[in-house]
Amino acid sequence: MSALSTPRAMALLLRRDLLLAYRRRAELINPLLFFVLIATLFPLGVGADSRLLQTAGPGIVWVAALLAALLSLDSVFRSDFEDGTLEQLMLSAHPVSLLVLAKVFAHWLVTGVPLILVSPLIGVLLSIPSRAMPVLVASLALGTPVLSLIGAVGVALTVGLRRAGIILSLLVLPLYVPVLIFASSAVDAASSGLPVGPQLYILAAMLVAAVSLAPVAAAASLRVSLS
Amino acid sequence: MMRFIHRLASPKYFYDVAGRIVPWAGWGALILILVGAYWGLVEAPADYQQGDSFRIIYVHVPAAWMSLFIYVVMAAAGAIGLVWRIKLAEIIAIASAPIGASFTFLALVTGSLWGKPMWGTWWVWDARLTSELILLFLYLGVMALYGAVEDKRMASRAAAILAIVGVVNIPIIHYSVEWWNTLHQGPTVTKLDKPSIAPEMLWPLLIMAVGFQLYYVATVLMRARVELLERERNSRWVQELVQPR
Repeated sequence: MSALSTPRAMALLLRRDLLLAYRRRAELINPLLFFVLIATLFPLGVGADSRLLQTAGPGIVWVAALLAALLSLDSVFRSDFEDGTLEQLMLSAHPVSLLVLAKVFAHWLVTGVPLILVSPLIGVLLSIPSRAMPVLVASLALGTPVLSLIGAVGVALTVGLRRAGIILSLLVLPLYVPVLIFASSAVDAASSGLPVGPQLYILAAMLVAAVSLAPVAAAASLRVSLS
Repeated sequence: MMRFIHRLASPKYFYDVAGRIVPWAGWGALILILVGAYWGLVEAPADYQQGDSFRIIYVHVPAAWMSLFIYVVMAAAGAIGLVWRIKLAEIIAIASAPIGASFTFLALVTGSLWGKPMWGTWWVWDARLTSELILLFLYLGVMALYGAVEDKRMASRAAAILAIVGVVNIPIIHYSVEWWNTLHQGPTVTKLDKPSIAPEMLWPLLIMAVGFQLYYVATVLMRARVELLERERNSRWVQELVQPR
């Protein structure tokens, strides 16, 4: 075994995943398009009354973000599983949970961050008041990493299955519910001018818990899926 | 004691012991549930506010307790199976899932039936109801994942991990009525000081709860025995059991 320190291995893995994502730029745009499309479907479905949109807006943005995150999840481990890279990672001398963390971080950078950047635009479309925009962005910044981390556990459990899509959503969506509740309630409170501290603190607490626990669970799941 | 546990982990011994426990637990459950139902539905006094419709408590509350209890059992058995690779723990975990899901469903349905006369609505998005609904989805997720993986040992380990991750929901359900002050009433029985429910209403409730527990014991052991036979179908003791020479 060459003397490669674990942080260095994580950095290399991160760089590799980002490079791979950059080589397939066209695929990157898809979750983002999906996000925008879902957010546009709601006003068409429930009516474009701006007061209605204002009350439903935070929830719509978050449901759209949730679905977009779910759709993009499969790519965390899928291609690495198919070409055997994942097995090599499991065989390496480094803790699998930390390597998983690096992979999930790379995945969040290419799918979560664009979502956050686009969200103010969606907020305007759904007539969310501008004073709630910073909170919307903050809730997404705290919440989408949690979605990626929890999702990684689900993907790790289903990566060996042939038709994983529907099962993945069945596993992951119930676990997403707390994030959805607190995040949309934060944006809701902000648009009525109420304090949002508690909700954002709870989201931050979820993020801390997810960062520390989800990689361990995902690593254990990968070990089961690859055995 | 340890020797007994070690012996219990051997499939054949477990099969025999479970087979002897099942009738006791099953008949006990039937008697207790009948006694509790008669006492609760006929003998217990009507509530001064809710009249007779409070009596659904005798199904609703034990079912809700069981839904949480079985989930914890399932996750704990799954963890034991993961750590010590004990086949029987995996089987118990996976045999618990459908039973827990049905108790959760029962709690949701009876709660909704109770909600209509009391709250004037079948369903509200209150914290307790929502988290109980999520619990049902977690059960269904565990069952779906188990069903989707072909290799059954791998499947039960994957399902165990999912069950353990889902345990975060259990304290949320339990404390939801205290953390969020919403429509669902607070706890009246499981308080550390004196329960705020009248003793003549409490006794039938506890009898029903014990009856439900025994019912769970009986069904989970029955399911576990069947699952065991299926998984061990190539071993000698199963061959001898089904085709005695």
